[in-house]
Amino acid sequence: MCENGKKQSELELYLHIPFCVKKCAYCDFLSVPADKAVQLCYVEALKGEIYQQKTLGLNRRVTSIFVGGGTPSILDGGQMAQLLEAVHDSFHVETDAEITVECNPGTLTADKLSCYRRQGVNRLSIGLQSADNEELRLLGRIHTYEEFLQSYMLAREMGFENINVDLMSALPGQTKESWQQTLREVLSLKPEHISAYSLIIEEGTPFYHRFGPGAGEERLLPDEDTERQMYYDTKDILKAEGYERYEISNYARQGFACRHNLGYWERREYLGLGLGASSLTEGVRYRNHKKLSAYLAGDYGHEDKHRLTRQEELEETMFLGLRKTEGVLLTEELLKVYRGVFERLEQQELLIRENGRVRLTELGIDVSNYALAEFLQSG
Amino acid sequence: MASMDQSKIRNFCIIAHIDHGKSTLADRIIEMTGLLTSREMQAQVLDNMDLERERGITIKAQTVRTVYKAKNGEEYIFNLIDTPGHVDFNYEVSRSLAACDGAILVVDAAQGIEAQTLANVYLALDHDLDVLPVINKIDLPSAEPQRVIDEIEDVIGIEAQDSPQISAKTGQNVGDVLEAIVERIPAPAGDAQAPLKALIFDSVYDSYKGVIVFCRIKEGTVKRGTPIRMMATGAEADVVEAGYFGAGQFIPCEELSAGMVGYLTASIKNVKDTRVGDTITSRDNPCAEPLPGYKKVLPMVYCGMYPADGAKYPDLRDALEKLQLNDASLQFEPETSIALGFGFRCGFLGLLHLEIIQERLEREYGLDLVTTAPGVIYKVHRTNGEVIELTNPSNLPDPAEIEYMEEPMVSAEIMVTTEFIGSIMELCQERRGIYLGMEYMEETRALLKYDLPLNEIIYDFFDALKSRSRGYASFDYDMKGYVQAELVKLDILINKEEVDALSFIVHSSTAYERGRKMCEKLKEEIPRHLFEIPIQAAVGSKIIARETVKAMRKDVLAKCYGGDITRKKKLLEKQKEGKKRMRQIGNVEIPQKAFMSVLKLDDR
Repeated sequence: MCENGKKQSELELYLHIPFCVKKCAYCDFLSVPADKAVQLCYVEALKGEIYQQKTLGLNRRVTSIFVGGGTPSILDGGQMAQLLEAVHDSFHVETDAEITVECNPGTLTADKLSCYRRQGVNRLSIGLQSADNEELRLLGRIHTYEEFLQSYMLAREMGFENINVDLMSALPGQTKESWQQTLREVLSLKPEHISAYSLIIEEGTPFYHRFGPGAGEERLLPDEDTERQMYYDTKDILKAEGYERYEISNYARQGFACRHNLGYWERREYLGLGLGASSLTEGVRYRNHKKLSAYLAGDYGHEDKHRLTRQEELEETMFLGLRKTEGVLLTEELLKVYRGVFERLEQQELLIRENGRVRLTELGIDVSNYALAEFLQSG
Repeated sequence: MASMDQSKIRNFCIIAHIDHGKSTLADRIIEMTGLLTSREMQAQVLDNMDLERERGITIKAQTVRTVYKAKNGEEYIFNLIDTPGHVDFNYEVSRSLAACDGAILVVDAAQGIEAQTLANVYLALDHDLDVLPVINKIDLPSAEPQRVIDEIEDVIGIEAQDSPQISAKTGQNVGDVLEAIVERIPAPAGDAQAPLKALIFDSVYDSYKGVIVFCRIKEGTVKRGTPIRMMATGAEADVVEAGYFGAGQFIPCEELSAGMVGYLTASIKNVKDTRVGDTITSRDNPCAEPLPGYKKVLPMVYCGMYPADGAKYPDLRDALEKLQLNDASLQFEPETSIALGFGFRCGFLGLLHLEIIQERLEREYGLDLVTTAPGVIYKVHRTNGEVIELTNPSNLPDPAEIEYMEEPMVSAEIMVTTEFIGSIMELCQERRGIYLGMEYMEETRALLKYDLPLNEIIYDFFDALKSRSRGYASFDYDMKGYVQAELVKLDILINKEEVDALSFIVHSSTAYERGRKMCEKLKEEIPRHLFEIPIQAAVGSKIIARETVKAMRKDVLAKCYGGDITRKKKLLEKQKEGKKRMRQIGNVEIPQKAFMSVLKLDDR
């Protein structure tokens, strides 16, 4: 497609599927349960948005695609195929592009998986959260651990060689032992990638009304020491099994770090398509609107459009880049702008500079919010 | 008409408990005497500060003149003097009453008499005012006008059988009130030819005219050019303008003579020269004696006020100076705190006054303030015989140099329904009250009398009273004087450093309890740092309570989904913003809010 020999710029793509069978009790992402008819209309609308990008899209080299949600695997295999076909029609997708579909156990079938394969999907991200069925029930998940196992095995049989498993610690009722058990069960499956988050009780979720401050059931949450221990166990156990922590909550075997997610931390350009999806292109951040009915009617309007200033770009470089364990390459400009912050955080042993890079220390990662906030301009 | 016919003037005020409908009745009278059409009326004309409307109370006295054509065919001039409705402003109330010849007593037909009603009625009777009871809110389903009439006769001892029974809200029977004003409130007396004698009952500052003095002419006549003198302050000036009060405006007139209520301007620069209660006389032909009852009102409650942003110190000073132009009872002087920087020690008539000033500074002047715990004036008797009036706990001398200390007491009257007597007595006990007696008003209601230390009631006594009586108790108090007490200074140490702005004076018997609560509260308010922070309460060198803010061990953001960087940044910004609103003490950052939160230790 590159006719005049000019190098095409790279682009990452994100497609949002805002549907779930049922919303989980802790979730505050943009997703709703929806019937088949709505899903059908949504796929049509999303295709419309993808094709709208065609003129521009064919001049970009897409290096990764992430289909996230919600639960993208709720769609029929055929619908997913249509979406990915639309992408291939409208963008120049690199042959070795990383193409991920987020899935939930209980929604995957052999038919869907083979559709994914045919469309070039080469990575699955499966939301497991816990290997303990009681914990899963409490989270409001629709599946059991056994159903996850079935989905996982099926995916392997169908030839998927890059699978991520999402896990969550600090759940109500969870113990150090049950968390270690979850880790061990999952490690025995040898996934290429593990995302391990601590549960955060978000306002506006059913969990907030049960476990939020003063809600009455906070005591069911692991106490601070237990929670800390789970966090340390995660690091130690995964490291011993050969998983490298490359980002605050993400671990991967050699060569399997998620390219798409790294793109966010490295400020590569990305285009978000679908309801409420965010984008960063040509130094501008914006987000699609979040009104489903308008979207279904073909309204692809943007909100919160903001051209970043140089200062904001530098802030992002730091507070996003430092999420990676390898940190950020130091430039003269960064050194000049953040000299004081670097020195202060080094003194507090939260930051380290070596070999021309700056990164968070172990302690710095533990209190990363505190450290990262320092890079925002006060004002 | 050079001289007004005194028999056609009625000077009166309306007294009532909060929420019994005083301002609504005032509005209705203004409306029905034709001064304003109802369309022109903003709800409650007299309460013209935003704050007053919101809180439903009158902070500053307001006055309005209307003309009423009575059934007998004659026109009468009504001067309605609306009085402040809170115990903090008792002196202002008493001066407003002194400007009147009669008072309308509004009593809620459902609630009946309250402690404040009694206090105000006694004040009115002390000033020899004729009291005209009016039963309001008869439109309420729970109204029992006859019971309330009997209660007024039993408790206050004034004739109330043919009192107007009205609904100020709907306007029902308000006409009866207007006729009763003509018939039952006496016309003023006084000789228009005698030497000038006028009572100042309020004043406001106007940037063009200078101070506008509200006054009641008791004797003599005043007009443009009259040279006047304030008898207590000694200030002198020549009258520039005399006039009376329209609704929300000043209407100049030829002269004011004995019996009239109106205003004067005389290019006076400062309200301090025109103290409420002072007597205005003629410089050339002075009266022999000033009117009785003048006293200089002094602040009873003090606190430190600091700008949240240190650079706003000059703005705070300017704002305080402007407020003081209109409020001679507000006092302030610069002070410095190690914790809070430059600010002012401010004196107020009471806690409501403090809150009002604070809110006005924040709203009208856009200032963000940090306020220290309010305290009273303690008398510290030093071993060398010297007596210090202590308004800032930081200035307490070394204990070795203190012979003894005294604290101010008030005598309080609390009216309460019998079922809550027990819990209210318990509350007074906790606040070191001295029980003086109890009187039954009627079968179900009693009046409790206590002496209470002022510093025990300035924090949250009123709230506690309301919550422990489900809103049924009402409360009124008077200053009584000073008594010796075992007082100590409680200091707070954060990470081993004393925080001066958190020190306060407390009775030794409650020091431990308060210290413990302070530490608990501060523990909640101070965010975790990278290191552990001890919070200690100390009396002298003795630590009496301790809490620890554990070190921060984890602060990580959850999943950042679908590249929504903006949301993540907002979270970090919030964190950063929170930090900006903190005060650095040593290497600990204390949120501004922590300084305020310790004011409310008794939240239940």
